[in-house]
Amino acid sequence: MSDGYPDYMRESIKKVEETRKERMGKNYDRMTPSEGEEVLNNFHPDYKKEGKEELKIGPSKGRKVPTELAKLLRARSLIDPSEIDLTQVDYDVDVLIIGGGGAGTVAALWSVYEGIEPENILISTKLRHGDSNSMMAQGGMQAADKDDDSPIRHYLDAIGGGHFTNVPELVKALTIDGPKILKWHEELGIMYDREEDGNFVELPGGGTSRYRLHSSGDYTGMELMRVLRDEAENLDIPVLEFTPAVELLKDDKGQVAGALLMNLETNEYYVVRAKSTVMATGGFGRLHVQAFPTTNHYGATGDGLIMGYRAGVPIRDLDSVQYHPTGAAFPDQIVGLLVTEKVRSLGAQPVNMDGELFVNPLEPRDIEAAAIIRECKGREKGVTTPTGMQGVWLDSPLIEMKSGEGTIEKTLPAMVRQYERFGIDITEEPILVYPTLHYQNGGLVINDDGSTPVKGLFAGGEVEGGVHGKNRLMGNSLLDYNVFGRRAGLTAAKHAKKASIGELTLDHVDDYNQQIEDAGIKTDRKSPLLLPEYRGKKVLERHLDVEVTL
Amino acid sequence: MSEDEENREMVEIFVMGKRYKVPKGLTIMTALEYAGYKFVRGCGCRGGFCGACATIYRTEDEYKFKMDLACQTAVQDGMFLVQLPFVPAVREDFDIEEVDPKDNDNVMLDYYSEIARCVSCNTCTKACPQDIEVMDYVQAALRGDIERCAELSFDCIQCGLCSIRCPADIKHYHLAQLARRITGRYIHEHSDELEKRVQEIKNGEYDDKMKEMVEMEMEELKKLYEERDIREEG
Repeated sequence: MSDGYPDYMRESIKKVEETRKERMGKNYDRMTPSEGEEVLNNFHPDYKKEGKEELKIGPSKGRKVPTELAKLLRARSLIDPSEIDLTQVDYDVDVLIIGGGGAGTVAALWSVYEGIEPENILISTKLRHGDSNSMMAQGGMQAADKDDDSPIRHYLDAIGGGHFTNVPELVKALTIDGPKILKWHEELGIMYDREEDGNFVELPGGGTSRYRLHSSGDYTGMELMRVLRDEAENLDIPVLEFTPAVELLKDDKGQVAGALLMNLETNEYYVVRAKSTVMATGGFGRLHVQAFPTTNHYGATGDGLIMGYRAGVPIRDLDSVQYHPTGAAFPDQIVGLLVTEKVRSLGAQPVNMDGELFVNPLEPRDIEAAAIIRECKGREKGVTTPTGMQGVWLDSPLIEMKSGEGTIEKTLPAMVRQYERFGIDITEEPILVYPTLHYQNGGLVINDDGSTPVKGLFAGGEVEGGVHGKNRLMGNSLLDYNVFGRRAGLTAAKHAKKASIGELTLDHVDDYNQQIEDAGIKTDRKSPLLLPEYRGKKVLERHLDVEVTL
Repeated sequence: MSEDEENREMVEIFVMGKRYKVPKGLTIMTALEYAGYKFVRGCGCRGGFCGACATIYRTEDEYKFKMDLACQTAVQDGMFLVQLPFVPAVREDFDIEEVDPKDNDNVMLDYYSEIARCVSCNTCTKACPQDIEVMDYVQAALRGDIERCAELSFDCIQCGLCSIRCPADIKHYHLAQLARRITGRYIHEHSDELEKRVQEIKNGEYDDKMKEMVEMEMEELKKLYEERDIREEG
C-alpha cells in the first residue's frame, strides 16, 4: 500500500482547497461551437494528422483508421485455410454469437424470446462469459423516461454530441428503444438506484440536456452484466469460454455461415456451422491507439472488426476514438483506469495546478478531454507525477460539500475502494486525472435491424459503428449494447428460421491474403490479435519459440 | 544485473513457489507479466470489477492466507502466491417469474438450503477482497430478509473466494445473485414514469416527431441542437 500523494503534490492540493469554497456552485460557461472546434483541432488526439493510415485493401479501401488498427487489418490471417477440415462440423446451430459480453448475451436472450431453442444457440467467448467492457461501465445508462424528457430530446442530444455524423435511423432505434429496454431490465430484476416511490434516481452526463442517466452506484455495468449472464444461465444457453472465433466461415453462396473457433488452452480448432452469426466482440481499447493508456478490458483487441472486414463488411467512423476525459493519472498502479463521468455529474470540477476551474465539467467527452490536454500541454498548468505523467485535479470533495457527508461512499463505492488501497481518501482529497482511451466510436456498418451488409452476419454493441457517429455520449454505450444486441438477436433468429447453408469455405480468407500480396503490402503480422502483449521486455528478448512435447 | 534491476527497487515474489525478482510498486498482475507470464485465465478487466484474478497469498513472516485481486494489490517482498481463476460452485437455475417472495416464506432456502448449515465462522467475510459482510448477508438470507441480503452483497464481483473457503459449502455469490434479482423484480417499487413512457411509445405518440427528426435538414437540426435548453441543476 502506498501512502497517498507525495509532499510536492500536496502543495498543489492546498491551492485546490483554498479555491474550493469560492468555486462551489459556480459554473464555467459551456464552449460556443467555434471554441469547441478550436480546442478539438488543436488538442484532441483524433484531429492530429499523424497516427492514421489509409486502408489499401478491403471493402472500405481508402478510409483512414488509427495506425494500430491498420496494421491488424493489413495482416495475414492467424490460420492457414488449407490446414482446416471444414467437412467435419463440430457444432451445428441456428444462431452463433461471437462474444460473451453485454451485446452477445442480450442477443442470445432475444434469440430465445424469438423462438430459437437454447440448445440451437452457441455463444463463443475469448475469456469468461461476461468478461467485457460492459462489466466495467460505471456511470449508467441513458433512457428518456422522465416527464421533462423524451426520446426526441435524447435523439437530439445523441446526434449533436456525435457532431451530426451519426446514422439517423440508428440514433432513432437507440433512443426510441431506451425506455423499453429499461422496462425489460426491471422485469429481469436489475437493481437500479431508485427514489422511495420507485421512480429512478437520474443524473446528467456530458452533453445531455436532461437528467437521464440510470445507475446502480458506480457498479452499473457490473450489475447489468451479472444479471444478463444469470438469465442466460437460467435458460441454459450453451457458452464456450476461452474459445474465441478466429475467422468467420462463409458458404458457397457467399453468405456468412458460422465461424472457426480456437480453444485457447489446447489450440484445437472447432468448426461451427450457423444459419445466423452475430458479431459482438466489443471494442479495441487494448490496441493503445497513440500510446494512450486505456480503461478497457484485457480482451478488447478489436477481433470482430478484423474478421468482419475480411468477410466483406465495410467499416465507418474508426478514424475517431473516444478518449475518456478522466482516467486515473496517479498512482502509477492504476494509471488509465476509469474515473467515471458520474464524479462530474455529482458535482466534482476539473481544476488546474493552481486550483482554477478551466472548463465546464459536463462538456461532451471529446471537448472535455481536449480541454484537459490543453491545460496540461498547451498552458502547462498540469501537475506532473513522480513517474512523469501529467494530470489535472478532479475536485471530488466538492461532492460532499454539495450533497452532504457520506454521498461519495454511497454513490461511488468502487472508486472509494480503489483509491483507499493506495492511501487516498477521495472524500477529502482530489483525484489526479488525464484522458484515457475509452471507446471505439465507429465500427462495422449495420442497418437498424442489426444486420450487416453481408448476408447471414449481424452485429451489436461496440463492434458496430454509426450509432454514435464520431463521439459517443456517456450512458449511450450500455444502451447501445442492449438495443442493438436485442435487434441483432431478433433479426438473427428470424433469419435462421428460413436460411439454408451450403458448403462451408474459407475462400474469403485466401482472397484477402491474396489482396495483401497484390497491394504489395509487406507484413509479418497475423490477426486477430486475441490478447495484448504485456510481458516484460527482458523475458521476450530471451523467449524461445519452442513447443514442448512429452 | 539488468538495466531494470539497477534503476528500480526490486522485490522477491514466489509464483506457485518459484522465485522471481520484480520491480516494487507493480500490482501482482503486472508483476506476473513482468516475470514473463502471459495470462489466458486469471486476468479480466484489470480494474477491480470482474473477479477474474482472485489470488491467494501469504508473506514470509505470516502463517495465515490472505486473499485479494491481483489487479488491485501491490506486490510485497516475500509474497508466496497462487491464482484461483475458477471456482466450481454449483449455481441453481430458477425462473424469475416463479420466485415472488410473497408466494413463498423463504425462497432462498428453497434454492440454497445449505445456508442453514452456516456455522457463523466468518471465514467468508475475511476472504472477501471487496470487504463485503458476507456472513451477514448469508444470515439475512437465512432469516428471509432478502432485501438486506441484496443490499449487503451489492458490491460482489463474484470471484468465488468466499465459497472456496466456506466449511459449510455455501455458494454465497450465487445465492446473493438470486436475492438481488428478487429484490429488483419484486421488492423494490417499479417506476410509474417509465410505465407511462413505454405506453406512449407503444401508442406511437413519438412516431411523427421522430420521423421529422430523422428526415430533418442538417442546418435545421444543428440550430435545434444549439438552441435546446439544458437543465443545469437538480
